[in-house]
Amino acid sequence: MKKSIAILLCTVLLGTILTGCGSENDTPNGEVYVYNWGEYIDEETIDLFEKETGIKVIYDEFETNEAMYPKVEAGASQYDVVCPSDYMIAKMIDNDMLAELNWDNLPNAKANIGSQYYESSEQFDPGNKYSVPYCWGTVGILYNTQMVDGPITGWADLWNEKYEDNILMQSSVRDLFMVGLKLNGYSLNSTDPAELEVAKNSLIEQKPLVQAYVIDQVRDKMIGNEAAIGVIYSGEAIYTQRQNSNLEYVIPKEGSNVWIDSWVILKDSPNKENAEKFIDFMCRPEIALMNFEYITYSTPNDAARALIEDEDIRNSEIAFPDLSKYDLETFSFLGEEADELYNNLYKEIQSSSN
Amino acid sequence: MIKTTAQRIYVALIFIFLYAPIATLIVLSFNASKTRSKWGGFTFKWYASLFEDEKILQALGNTLLIAFLSASIATVIGTIACIAMQNMKRKSRTIIMGITNIPMLNAEIVTGISLMLLFIILGFKFGFMTILLAHITFNIPYVILSVMPRMKQLNPSTYEAALDLGASHTQAFFKVVFPDILPGIVSGFIMAFTMSLDDFVITHFTKGAGIDTLSTKIYTEVRKGIKPEMYALSTIIFVTVLILLLLVNYAPKKKQDTAAVK
Repeated sequence: MKKSIAILLCTVLLGTILTGCGSENDTPNGEVYVYNWGEYIDEETIDLFEKETGIKVIYDEFETNEAMYPKVEAGASQYDVVCPSDYMIAKMIDNDMLAELNWDNLPNAKANIGSQYYESSEQFDPGNKYSVPYCWGTVGILYNTQMVDGPITGWADLWNEKYEDNILMQSSVRDLFMVGLKLNGYSLNSTDPAELEVAKNSLIEQKPLVQAYVIDQVRDKMIGNEAAIGVIYSGEAIYTQRQNSNLEYVIPKEGSNVWIDSWVILKDSPNKENAEKFIDFMCRPEIALMNFEYITYSTPNDAARALIEDEDIRNSEIAFPDLSKYDLETFSFLGEEADELYNNLYKEIQSSSN
Repeated sequence: MIKTTAQRIYVALIFIFLYAPIATLIVLSFNASKTRSKWGGFTFKWYASLFEDEKILQALGNTLLIAFLSASIATVIGTIACIAMQNMKRKSRTIIMGITNIPMLNAEIVTGISLMLLFIILGFKFGFMTILLAHITFNIPYVILSVMPRMKQLNPSTYEAALDLGASHTQAFFKVVFPDILPGIVSGFIMAFTMSLDDFVITHFTKGAGIDTLSTKIYTEVRKGIKPEMYALSTIIFVTVLILLLLVNYAPKKKQDTAAVK
């Protein structure tokens, strides 16, 4: 018995020593710390970048903007490049957490990213000082042509009693209120209590028709013919269509949400030059194409889009809608007070017995 | 008659509730289609690609290593703490016991964030070591919790008798005290091991860039849908644990018999 304890202690000590020491780095060209969404890059592109530049990439992943923010704010790891969504970028600019980009070091980003995406970015990053768009998409309606009569065109169809118990709504607060606000012709960033009240009443009225309020199950339920209509992100729509050819995606005529995830560099980044090299590398057409094929979310890289071989996808109205044709807005950060108002109204919807 | 059938149905229901989710996961790990709502035929391809996926295997390695190291170290520290507490006065023992119990009642997220802030203040580089330290920290109370009752049952006279018969303090401990508290130590170790294995919140806050455990790895996949390779891995883990449990429960029967005879 004594022996086994000694062995145990030895392995413990040995393990601690080995793991404690093994982290000396041997990277002549430095490193870059990247913090990105999970499953949001083709890992081969990182290998290519490391091979070409000799910069070591330390790659880390997060699952939501809200989980990313406190870790970056506390400065637990010295991240250089992060990929947050639109409203979170606005919040980080507000809190003075981002470094201004030097566009001279980003020739690929300047040349290849379509101008309409920079225009949309102005909504959360005025003057395009801090962010380079990486992925984007719209929120719209996915419907099963076999289960509805005639094409679905707008949010109003989600209030049609014919589809009782066949509608899937998003359950996150902002996504849900976006539908209610847009249905009534308001901005999806509204903080006007009267407008929000109207939206809330519409959503309560719709409640009996809704089969479920979900997040990512829309994809699986629609593929399995478990519902006729669902609110979904465009990035998922292409994938679901490949699985079930009866599905059709539409951006509602009342207008909707467009989201953009962009690369930003943190203010206290110790490797700013490497960070810019990394971002610019990701904007090369071939590299952006690899990432598009892996992620399947729309790429803002026009040069990469031109390289897509499959014509259906290159000209797809789902992946690459003409932004000027629709009334699309990005979410902006509304402040604590408005957040609370949204949350209170959301609770009223949840608890209403209608 | 009715009573026994009712009993059987009741037991069956409990087992269905316990095992239906795991059964679903195992079935899905053989599904050729990537979505859960469509059966695309039987396949082993997720198992094949699992063993080619370096990231997942690395996360698995990290998880097991951290669980083993943190449980071992916490077991040693916790057991030593128990010995010390046993020899304290009643009042200080209760106070110390209370202090060690508080971290267990504390919300995990609070523990996680406070550890993160502490590591930042101390200037630690976030990575393997910070996760390990955090896991040792939250494991120690569980070890104490399971060793302490055993310690209390000990008859202090046996230890004193050993000393009287010429044993040194260390000898007396390892020959007399240790065998008696061993079951407590083992169950403390197992408890610490499992706590470390499935911890997400504390790991999330104390991990650095470029290192993942299984739980943090799986969670980052939430937005884009969890990869079927994870189903395959979970199936393998479940089957391994099941086999281990069967071995543990059937193998040492003889030993128990002899113990009973004694």
